Amino acid sequence: MDVEILSRIQFAFTVAFHYIFPPLSIGLGLLMVVFETQYIRTKKKEYEILAKFWTKIFAITFGIGVATGIVMEFEFGTNWATYSRYVGDIFGSALAAEGIFAFALESSALGILLFGWNRVKPWVHLLATWAVFLGSMFSAVWIVVANSWQQTPAGYHIVGEGMQARAEIVDFWAMVFNPSSVDRLTHVWIGAFLAGAFFILSVHAYYILKGRFVVMSKKAFKITLVVAVIASLMQLFTGHNSAEGVAVNQPAKLAALEGHFDAEGPANLYLLGWVDKESQVVTGLKLPGGLSFMLHQDFEAPITGLNAFPVEDRPSQVNAVFQFYHFMVAIGMFLIALSLFALWHWWRGTLFDHKWLLWTFVLTAILPQLANQFGWFAAEMGRQPWVVYGLLRTSDALSKSVHANQVLFSLFLFIFVYGILFILFIYLMNKAIQKGPSADIDSGEGGLNRDIADVISKQ
Amino acid sequence: METLFGIDYPTWWFLVVGALFSGYAILDGFDFGAGAWHIFFRRESSRQTALKAIDPTWHGNEVWLVIGGGTLFAGFPVFYGTLFSAMYTPFILFLMFIIFRGISIKFRNMEEMPWWRKMWDWSYSISSIMLAFLLGVVLGNILNGMPLDENYEYIGEGFFEFLNPFSILVGVSSVALFMMHGAVYLLLKTEGQLYNRVQGFLKKGMVFFIVSYLITTIYGLMNLNHLLLVFRENQILFVVPLLVFLSIANVPRLASKEKYGWAFIFTSITIALLLVIVAFELYPRLLWSNGVEANSITIYNAAASTKTLKIMMGFVAVGGPLVLMYSYFVYRTFWGRVRSDSEGY
Repeated sequence: MDVEILSRIQFAFTVAFHYIFPPLSIGLGLLMVVFETQYIRTKKKEYEILAKFWTKIFAITFGIGVATGIVMEFEFGTNWATYSRYVGDIFGSALAAEGIFAFALESSALGILLFGWNRVKPWVHLLATWAVFLGSMFSAVWIVVANSWQQTPAGYHIVGEGMQARAEIVDFWAMVFNPSSVDRLTHVWIGAFLAGAFFILSVHAYYILKGRFVVMSKKAFKITLVVAVIASLMQLFTGHNSAEGVAVNQPAKLAALEGHFDAEGPANLYLLGWVDKESQVVTGLKLPGGLSFMLHQDFEAPITGLNAFPVEDRPSQVNAVFQFYHFMVAIGMFLIALSLFALWHWWRGTLFDHKWLLWTFVLTAILPQLANQFGWFAAEMGRQPWVVYGLLRTSDALSKSVHANQVLFSLFLFIFVYGILFILFIYLMNKAIQKGPSADIDSGEGGLNRDIADVISKQ
Repeated sequence: METLFGIDYPTWWFLVVGALFSGYAILDGFDFGAGAWHIFFRRESSRQTALKAIDPTWHGNEVWLVIGGGTLFAGFPVFYGTLFSAMYTPFILFLMFIIFRGISIKFRNMEEMPWWRKMWDWSYSISSIMLAFLLGVVLGNILNGMPLDENYEYIGEGFFEFLNPFSILVGVSSVALFMMHGAVYLLLKTEGQLYNRVQGFLKKGMVFFIVSYLITTIYGLMNLNHLLLVFRENQILFVVPLLVFLSIANVPRLASKEKYGWAFIFTSITIALLLVIVAFELYPRLLWSNGVEANSITIYNAAASTKTLKIMMGFVAVGGPLVLMYSYFVYRTFWGRVRSDSEGY
């Protein structure tokens, strides 16, 4: 394998692994803020216990998220040096802004969040929880801005030629609010809320099924269900906006998402299907002219297809892009159906009466995670062969001085280390969940402080 | 070229990046030092206390690395690309140790099995030592220079070329420096028997640092002529190494009086001054090209556009005070010695 494919695999692997954690942190952060705010408002013990319990889970997630996130910041330099020089002005600025305005806030406040329960006043602690949550939201802003600029570059000009060519900022705000930033940011945020909400629903559904912490879990379940209903419905709109943006700004990607080859014909909307790139045939369940209708409210409206682009300018993995995209959409629809169905049962007063419904929630935790991953895979593979859309090819973006054996070595190292991390993550999560929120009551005043810092565990 | 208060923007940015990495070295430096000593504590309670001394704040310290990396990427993209791709394997190892350092602190206390804790203790100490060493190796190679072509691409042999004697010496010196710095920090956070033990560590740390620093300096003076250029041209600058000498000498003096607060200030100043020397040796270069000197990376050929640098100066002007404010608040919250009862703080 050559350097390009190895570097792409390594980047995809490290970023996909990293992306398990930040959405979970953002989503858990939202509910931590809700629980703790409720605690400060009502002074009810159960909210305090919920806030502390989820903070403990959050700590594990956040720690791995940071550790794997630092890798990302430097991997641009190690593996994509030409890219780094090309986009440093723009992409680098966004990363620096993330560090200064977001990461500093969340990381500093984290110390208070985890260890400050007995050191600061309750409202100061609540402030720290808000700071961690908002910091993680701001992080998403700058990271998505940076990535969106790669998808839809704006506010720049190119200086120099050949190896020395670079993009420089002309209009900072045009760069920040490039055509896809807002749509993609809202989509990412809500994807994170869904990851956190369905994770919490899963754990509390599990407790209810096992007959543990039932009263508290029912309360938490209901609060979180409200978030899940709102978020899953909103995701439909942000998703639709994103797709419309892709149609305007990245027609080749849209064509790949829906497997539309015809250069200038009406396009179908597939529920599911299989794309054969060679014969340019999509077999599957379709709404004829559906994509045309969705974008132009006209079943006959022509949509630019893949054949309108030279072969070297279109994504090569059309079927993969198609599949990732359709699985993401299918999961989104399922989440809407499930949360509305649960809402209906709540309204009828039968929310906790059906074991199978609770078990469905237990298992559903994985689905928003998969949807987030699939969405990014579709977005990034659909952007190919460009690393900066229309400007810089992925194959030109590599580090010239790095050799295949170096990347092979580092790739194995990452797989090995991240494998260990993943096992530890599952093990510690499972342990914390099995132990449950009650432990915090037992430990009395010390609460979370004692648990996490685990202050010696009475040796 | 546009200037601000008579100084051009790339120079401003050189100062900003330098300040950020100095801040990182001072702050995460004592975390590395505390981590390096960690394995030398024998009792479980000592290890707990030593860990608690840095636990609430090391995340905030690591932020300086992230910000430093971002500002380097944005301000000097050419340098960022060349340095990280040239030193590919050392940086990948650095990232691995960053991961292990972080998760060791996080995971150690989540189980009570002795083998579990022992495993993370070793992982924590080795990671901390290796991080300090690798930072030194990177710095050593930046000072040493590397072969570059006219596109500022690295054209050397790779990994083993970076393990040259000078860089290894700088690596060892930085381990020693951080161990001294970390021991002083621990003395501010501990009491009783543990405090006495760390006092012993500090003595060893000071000897280790002074010896390794002297060897490194002598080796550098004998072998790396280009480093002295700026000092030959402006002899007044010799005052900086003199200040370093005084600053280092102050540490044992203050330590013998048990004035560790002041000693900490002077280990911090020592770190900052050593990086000031590095800055003088390099400026306006960022990376010497060994071979064709015209291919050296300078702050001018590596810099982002002036517009970008101006925007980023705005970021720093607004965000810098905020970051310092957060840090101040967190350090104030956890000020003082770690109590050895089960409450931690």
